[in-house]
Amino acid sequence: MGAGAFMLPGLSVLGNSIDPLQALDGMDVGLKKALADVALNAARSKGASYADIRIGRYLNQFVATRENRVQGVANTESFGVGIRVIADGCWGFASSNNVEKENIAKLAERAVAVAKANAKIQGEPVKLAPQKGYGEVSWKSPIERNAFEVPVKEKVDLLLNTNAIAMQGGASFVNSVIFAVNEQKYFASTDGSYIDQDIHRIYPNFTVTKIDRSSGKFDTIRSLSTPMGMGYEYLEPKESSKVKGIVTRYKDRYDILEDVKAATANVDEKMKAKSVEPGKYDMVLDPSHLWLTIHESVGHPTELDRVLGYEANYAGTSFLSLERLNSKKFNFGNKLVNVVADKTQKGSLGAVGYDDEGVACKKWDIVKDGILVNFQATRDQAHMIGLNESQGCSYAQSWQDVQFQRMPNISLQPGKEKLSVDDMIKNVEKGIYIIGDGSFSIDQQRYNFQFGGQMFYEIKEGKIVGMLKDVAYQSNTQEFWNACGAVCDESDYRLGGAFNDGKGQPSQSNAVSHGSSTTRFNGVNVINTARKI
Amino acid sequence: MGILSKEEAQAILKKALSFSKADECEVSLDGSEGGNIRYARNAVSTAGDMSSMDLAISSTFGKKTGSATINEFDDASLEKVVRRSEELAQLAPPNPEYVSLEGPKTFAESITYNSATAAVNPDIRAEAVRKSLEVAKAANLEAAGFLENTTSFRAIMNSKGLFAYNKDTDVSFSVTTRNQAGTGSGYVSNSFNDVRKLDTLALTKIAAGKANGSAGARAIEPGKYTVILEPLAASDMLSNLVRGFDARGAEEGRSFMSKKGGGTRLGEQLFNEQVNIYSDPFNPDLPSATWNDDGLPVERTSWVEKGVVKNLSYSRFWAQKKGVKPLPGAGRIIMEGGSASLEELIKSTEKGILVTRFWYIRSVDPQTLLLTGLTRDGTFYIENGKIMFPIKNFRFNESPIIMLNNVEALGKAERNGSMIVPPMKIRDFTFSSLSDAV
Repeated sequence: MGAGAFMLPGLSVLGNSIDPLQALDGMDVGLKKALADVALNAARSKGASYADIRIGRYLNQFVATRENRVQGVANTESFGVGIRVIADGCWGFASSNNVEKENIAKLAERAVAVAKANAKIQGEPVKLAPQKGYGEVSWKSPIERNAFEVPVKEKVDLLLNTNAIAMQGGASFVNSVIFAVNEQKYFASTDGSYIDQDIHRIYPNFTVTKIDRSSGKFDTIRSLSTPMGMGYEYLEPKESSKVKGIVTRYKDRYDILEDVKAATANVDEKMKAKSVEPGKYDMVLDPSHLWLTIHESVGHPTELDRVLGYEANYAGTSFLSLERLNSKKFNFGNKLVNVVADKTQKGSLGAVGYDDEGVACKKWDIVKDGILVNFQATRDQAHMIGLNESQGCSYAQSWQDVQFQRMPNISLQPGKEKLSVDDMIKNVEKGIYIIGDGSFSIDQQRYNFQFGGQMFYEIKEGKIVGMLKDVAYQSNTQEFWNACGAVCDESDYRLGGAFNDGKGQPSQSNAVSHGSSTTRFNGVNVINTARKI
Repeated sequence: MGILSKEEAQAILKKALSFSKADECEVSLDGSEGGNIRYARNAVSTAGDMSSMDLAISSTFGKKTGSATINEFDDASLEKVVRRSEELAQLAPPNPEYVSLEGPKTFAESITYNSATAAVNPDIRAEAVRKSLEVAKAANLEAAGFLENTTSFRAIMNSKGLFAYNKDTDVSFSVTTRNQAGTGSGYVSNSFNDVRKLDTLALTKIAAGKANGSAGARAIEPGKYTVILEPLAASDMLSNLVRGFDARGAEEGRSFMSKKGGGTRLGEQLFNEQVNIYSDPFNPDLPSATWNDDGLPVERTSWVEKGVVKNLSYSRFWAQKKGVKPLPGAGRIIMEGGSASLEELIKSTEKGILVTRFWYIRSVDPQTLLLTGLTRDGTFYIENGKIMFPIKNFRFNESPIIMLNNVEALGKAERNGSMIVPPMKIRDFTFSSLSDAV
């Protein structure tokens, strides 16, 4: 008998129609605890000094459309177990989609065997920060409407209405998608924690394409939505969540119909826009754009595994070092720059109750008044930066993959003084206002970067004078954050983020949000990206 | 549970299909088994054995399709996933692009499975890494690397009687070596179908040579330079290009293959005459399955001949609409090279830059395929046919279309990841700024 019937006893009657939502009920917690104990005991009996187990059921739903048709409606479900151990001072891991009791015991043995094989060539033994067991606890994303319980028809109708608005507005093509994620994760460790979590995320988005056949040119604008750690309520518009301006932007509620109408008009204007004159500009960066710059230039270089060299063969290392941290005077940015790490922020992608090695989540400073004050660490790294406990940054993308240090939400704090976007723009002589994220690239130590965007507005003598195209800016991380000229106040604060932050080998995706208010950076180098082929 | 034989896979797929009440139904089964070992700071960091299997099903009523996946295979779970896809199908509006499934076919036997690679275990991986660490330690360098072996299978079946099965093996290895001061870095990466071709000791020696040779890099001005791209760097530049050889995007006007005024640039001289690109499932160094997900045969296909684009892929829907035969996309590609070695390419260069690899390549403009990214792990200045000194890394902004027009010479092609490409000597390659990264 396979694991499915074993776990979901109500589903085994052949011939009956089965509710597609039934997997949402999850597996009985008592059963998970019993399976976890099998793994932990087997690992210990084979010589593990520490063991943890993650039993996970991962559900995704995609509804994808283009123009007036649905391209696909898909539900995916993945269920399995990952066991991690320390034996002879070395990590070992094994995972399988077979969650039967006998296999779990064998899997634990296999993880111990992997650890022991590697211990022969291991250097220093793994040293874990102490972690108390929490006993049996649970956590759930604070959602208002479970996206998996929303009828498919409602999603299809919304997307087809979105597309209809674009086509009526003169778009050549439009693609739109709703992507919903539910991670049902159970974690247990030899420290005495049994943690059951139910995590939800959602990402609705569209791309509007306009083609000019006579010139052979085309251009696109993407939605100003962002993936969120929310339920379907994200797609229920609320006036108080809108940030009005040259383009309406959104906080914790998104109006896809309004946004697609604006995007369709804007893609026309973008195609006719003036090609940018390269040179130095003051950049006014909207949170829908700045999140990605924060992610790449602040989030990644402050990951402790990169600083120490654990990512040297893939994502790279960091321009930051333990010496720079310990000096307590490294000017990451100027005094306006305050960055926090926060795994507790409501609605964010990184928010969970406990990380994937059973550490309760928290919030801490990364850059304080411009000075680098901390990194992001897991249990086996905490001692390397003099911490007595982990910061709770462990994550694995599924039961199948080993957990390791992943980025928490990393956010720029709003300005302490009252400042609106309009007032910020009034003080810019020669600048570019960027809304939406675009092309992005940064070197392996996070010095040199280049970013594009969705919409670029030229600012001349305090006023927006029209759209630009072919814009990308290049800078160096430390110079850029020291050129921070002003940060809008908290009334403009919004989250941006991604489902697919990649790191590790084999590569894993992490979902993470980055908050900010609109921020000005002075004298940034802008290049023109137009080419003739 | 990861690897099933043809007969075992067939049995599960048949069972799943037996639950179907839809007009048409297709089921696929994927499984993999393998392991990896990751090391950094001259010690193992993480390692694991992984095994998984997934079943995906698409059910269609009329032109209404729903899909679902599951990784539990008892009868109840199989019926559950079939019902789920059927319920989703009933909820979906008709898709005018739906094309009735392919009927039964016979596909050529692939050459993708290698039993030596399938037999790799944690001890073999640990031993391979021990050799790599030995080289790094002897050269006083710090190594970070990754070795992964995978055995996988994929099988598809549909309600019209189509069945196909393929089993595949692969092993990949990469290592970065850095000096203690953090001023020099070298890298090497390679993948093989047959693990017996993997020599972690020899590969790590190449990375170590790059690390020591790249220490103390000098800054030179960004600008246009003649570059020699090692195969790894060249393959980094080509991955976006082949995705553009698709008829629909080109005919819809949203691709670099779109023609001004409508139509496509198929048959045009887009690249230098030395450029020949094709795909071939029977290449022994880069084998692939002989069928694709739609149940179409995958055969040797020429994409570019003497710089002229010869084929664009057609999905089954687009082919039906246009009244042509469907053609699967490029997948794993092979670019023909010449006979020159890398050393000979360097020797023939008056002034230029040798690039080991690129990093963080992203599309800047899909209209021109402009890409940006950076050099990494060994960039060197060449003068009068000799490597003179290491230089600091550059950011580039360049289109592979412009690059393949500026080909001066090609060396001997070799496999890197999922491509076989030659080292290339390219004139007027655009570097736009300097990076301090090592």
